[in-house]
Amino acid sequence: MPALRIENLKKSYGNVPVLKGINLAVENGDVVAVIGRSGSGKSTMLRCINGLEPFQEGTIEVVGHKLDQSRANLRELRKEVGMVFQSYNLFPHLSVAENITLAPRVVKGLPRDEGSALVREVLSRVGLAEKADAYPDELSGGQQQRVAIARSLAMKPKVMLFDEVTSALDPELTGEVLKTIAQLAEAGMTMVLVTHEMGFARRVATRTVFMHQGTVWEEGKSEEIFTHPKTPELKNFIAPDLK
Amino acid sequence: MAYEMNFTPVLARTPELISGTIDTLILSSQSIGIGLTIGLAAALLRVDGPKWGAVVSATYVEAFRNTPLLVQLFLLFFGLPYMGIRLTANEAAIFAISLNLGAYSAEIFRAGLLAIPKTQIEAGLALGLSRLQVMRYVVIIPALRIIYPSLTGQLTLTLLGTSIASAISATELTLAGAKIESQTFRSLETFLVLAAIYITMTFVFRFLYWLVGLWLFRRRVPKTGSAAATLTLPREVES
Ligand SMILES: Nc1ncnc2c1ncn2[C@@H]1O[C@H](COP(=O)(O)OP(=O)(O)OP(=O)(O)O)[C@@H](O)[C@H]1O
Ligand SMILES: [Mg+2]
Repeated sequence: MPALRIENLKKSYGNVPVLKGINLAVENGDVVAVIGRSGSGKSTMLRCINGLEPFQEGTIEVVGHKLDQSRANLRELRKEVGMVFQSYNLFPHLSVAENITLAPRVVKGLPRDEGSALVREVLSRVGLAEKADAYPDELSGGQQQRVAIARSLAMKPKVMLFDEVTSALDPELTGEVLKTIAQLAEAGMTMVLVTHEMGFARRVATRTVFMHQGTVWEEGKSEEIFTHPKTPELKNFIAPDLK
Repeated sequence: MAYEMNFTPVLARTPELISGTIDTLILSSQSIGIGLTIGLAAALLRVDGPKWGAVVSATYVEAFRNTPLLVQLFLLFFGLPYMGIRLTANEAAIFAISLNLGAYSAEIFRAGLLAIPKTQIEAGLALGLSRLQVMRYVVIIPALRIIYPSLTGQLTLTLLGTSIASAISATELTLAGAKIESQTFRSLETFLVLAAIYITMTFVFRFLYWLVGLWLFRRRVPKTGSAAATLTLPREVES
């Protein structure tokens, strides 16, 4: 059974179709990069997967939780699907440690005295072990994003979704976040990441999906997608200047 | 001929002034407690509730913000008995003032809730929190922080507004003062003393709000230097 299966997913805003029948399967341990032009529906698809956006047609099945128009089981699904956003979205009034332990405590009933061990564990995975007591506004953008990844990891997700998590960062801070994600990939985390970092997608992602006009236009092994693009749209997207 | 002030007859009634002050403090605290609860609930219902909830909340808020407190008080005290509900003057005062504060604070809470970026709410939901948990753990504190000055300002108005309860003879400071005035004929002195007591009460309450604010919005002080150091740059890249 795949970790994530999307069948015939259709979504429109008003009468503007944004996703026009997406089909996608992600196996356990897969790292799938989603690339495509602005407005092609990448974020919308990602947000449908954990129920942040309702959709009109199709089904999504993530780690055994089926999501359809009824939006039942949403919380069960979200417990096992992590999401990291472009704008970090750390909670400003909570310290790093409190950001990390909030959901485990409130959603899973983590005992208070086990909090600090969890904080140490996930912070060390993102290389920020010494920042537990800092507040978000005391951290650089790259550090905030790594804390956001740690916060998501603290729920022990089976699948993680990343939406352009380095797009808000200065180039010199992008590297540290990508490195963290690459380490997660090595550790076997199943991930779907929307990204504009082509080099990173090519190196780290096992598969790459090219979205165009609300559909999966082309997909395959990352190496294939980047070295032998088939459709003219993908060719043009990857190397517009080679024409 | 200059009027000669004489506070002695008024100050001779100190025990009544004290018990009036205590009654006002009780009436205010109860109304503030109940009113803020109603206000927060009404705001949540309006912002995050089902459609009917938003309608109920908006109707309540508009009804109470667009009628005088005195009329609300009269309705509860003189009107409700016709529907078989008989309240004592003090009960009617607490209800009317609470409902009034509820309506005003609902609008203030609502402004705060709406000021929190949607992305914060989505981050909470994505972590598996319920909508109510998101409100409680993610939204309320930052929202309160934004609206705290207007909220505490409203609470001061509520404290002073309790004086209107004297109109239905609920026991509180203004009623005590009115009685003293009518028996001593020292109007100027009596009401000067009342004003002084009210001003003292509002200052004490404002000090308490300040303390509560310190506690609500507390943050540990960052360890010296660590904040500044991390902002300077990417030495962490290697870590
Ligand atoms: N809340 C919304 N209401 C109406 N239209 C929307 C909304 N959100 C997105 N859209 C539209 O849906 C389409 C897909 O948007 P989406 O954000 O998924 O694109 P994207 O591929 O993530 O783009 P980008 O690379 O710029 O992030 C766009 O045309 C956008 O204008
Ligand atoms: Mg996007």
